[in-house]
Amino acid sequence: MTTLEQVIEGSQHRSYLARLASQQVFWVFLAAVLACLALSMMTDTFATERNLFNVTRNFAFVAIIAIGMTTVIASGGIDLSVGASVVLSAVVVGATMEAGYPISIAVLLALGAALLVGLVNGLLIAFVGMPPFVVTLGMLSFARSMALVLSNNKMIYEFGPDHEVLLWLGGGATFGLPHPLIALAILALIMSFVYRWTRWGQHVFAIGGNENAAVLTGIPVRGMKVSVYMFSAFTAGVAGILMIGWLGSVTTNLGTAMELTVIAAAVIGGANLAGGEGTVAGAVIGALLIEVIRNSLILLGISTFWQGAFIGCFIVLAVAFERIRRFRSRE
Amino acid sequence: MQRLKLSDVSKHFGAIRALGGVSLSLEEGEVLGLMGDNGAGKSTLVKIIAGNFRSSTGTIALDGKICDFHHPKDAQRAGIEIVYQNLALCDNMTAASNVYLGRELLRRVGPIRVIDYKAMNRRAGELFAQLKSETRPRDLVRKMSGGQRQAVAIARTLLADAKVVLMDEPTAAISVRQVAEVLDLIRRLRDQGLAVILISHRMPDVFGVADRIAVLRRGELVANKPTAQSSPEEVTALITGAIDTA
Ligand SMILES: Nc1ncnc2c1ncn2[C@@H]1O[C@H](COP(=O)(O)OP(=O)(O)OP(=O)(O)O)[C@@H](O)[C@H]1O
Ligand SMILES: [Mg+2]
Repeated sequence: MTTLEQVIEGSQHRSYLARLASQQVFWVFLAAVLACLALSMMTDTFATERNLFNVTRNFAFVAIIAIGMTTVIASGGIDLSVGASVVLSAVVVGATMEAGYPISIAVLLALGAALLVGLVNGLLIAFVGMPPFVVTLGMLSFARSMALVLSNNKMIYEFGPDHEVLLWLGGGATFGLPHPLIALAILALIMSFVYRWTRWGQHVFAIGGNENAAVLTGIPVRGMKVSVYMFSAFTAGVAGILMIGWLGSVTTNLGTAMELTVIAAAVIGGANLAGGEGTVAGAVIGALLIEVIRNSLILLGISTFWQGAFIGCFIVLAVAFERIRRFRSRE
Repeated sequence: MQRLKLSDVSKHFGAIRALGGVSLSLEEGEVLGLMGDNGAGKSTLVKIIAGNFRSSTGTIALDGKICDFHHPKDAQRAGIEIVYQNLALCDNMTAASNVYLGRELLRRVGPIRVIDYKAMNRRAGELFAQLKSETRPRDLVRKMSGGQRQAVAIARTLLADAKVVLMDEPTAAISVRQVAEVLDLIRRLRDQGLAVILISHRMPDVFGVADRIAVLRRGELVANKPTAQSSPEEVTALITGAIDTA
């Protein structure tokens, strides 16, 4: 009786290294680390405190939203409206504070606006049954337009009585760590836990894996979808607030095309556009890799026009990697 | 005692009438073979019993009590379990997670409740052993054979103390040996006093385990009689419409 069970046990505990090597995240992380090492040797500007501070802060914005995007993608959807949610949230904060209200109210209103965007997305997708691509594409246009209307397309750079607090919130640092990075770390920790250990997390992946099965087993799929799009919009809202504090001003082109960078980060990090797969670590590392590429091109004096080419290659490589892995495991 | 009693159940999807006034009942420890052509309404009927759809008219009674299920969870709580056609499994999750899909076990850690993977894996392992299946609780369903997937879907029905088990083509796409195992399992469920509805297109399966055979044709119940008084030839004729009723 022992033999069969022993075999079963043995096959369950494949060596840790083999498991690691089969994870896309691992290879992306390796690529990012190698790029960093190469850069610190090839340039004397990369490993400076100043540059590292910039890199970590810049990538934090994309990574925060990539966690939201990964959640949407894992549930089998897509959210093209995150860039628009970023600018909407930033403009709401800016306009409210410019009018003399305290930052607390401004932040609440901004998050409220972002959550409203997510709510409308979610309702249209889950209850009306429209495709996520179309709904969020429409919302991209709508929310960006709202930002234009609210700000009258003027730059906002006066933030009333709490001006300094806002700049500190987005641009400051605590214990030498830029605040966006701290926000990212908190979000990443919470969401890693949520993905793995809560029903909500399990159900996101169940819906992405087989939506029909999720419905049949009584998972509240519609409500889940609404919450997923609201979460994604929430991450965009948070990023918008931090970005305005970091930049010290907001113009309505903030976050333009950011959805593409965010989706790229999620996909490079192993989120499967067919649904059911994705990790928080992947989202963060995918975002990191993109920022390292961007930073290295600047430091090496290569035209930033090349950035898109590199990111494009990485997206295709990431998906190719997934294909190869699938193919091999099928044999 | 009458476990399950359907009275005049009908279902319309817009202009399509999927079921028209179906009445039938099931005793404790009885296996009903439900047959019919593609689109005859078999899946629709079991989905109504399982709370996935609400019937347009008619009532369902469980142990003599009229039930009105709004949600699959309501039916589950009342003791109705179902194995769905195509099994309804999530390929990207483990066998144990699929067994517990929608009713995950939780345990308290301080103020929060987290998923209890250990207990789920242990219990799922026990169920697979009970089914004499070599399915491993921690394996991803994606990597499983047809028979193992079947075991995962059937293990779901054993989680709670069910009164009625509905099986929508549980023997499609599995090997002969595995079919025999599924049929054995159905007999075991019956011996425990459960009522079973087995939907299948395979005559030998139905005639092998069913006590009674019911035939649906275009949403109408055209036969409902003891297996011993019927024959595969008669059932085939009923399904195709060569005989009107029996
Ligand atoms: N959700 C739905 N919306 C609209 N029509 C439906 C729906 N579900 C089933 N139908 C229709 O109801 C009828 C009965 O379908 P059902 O799935 O119950 O057939 P079945 O007997 O299970 O067939 P099969 O043997 O192919 O599984 C068909 O005409 C089908 O198109
Ligand atoms: Mg069917």
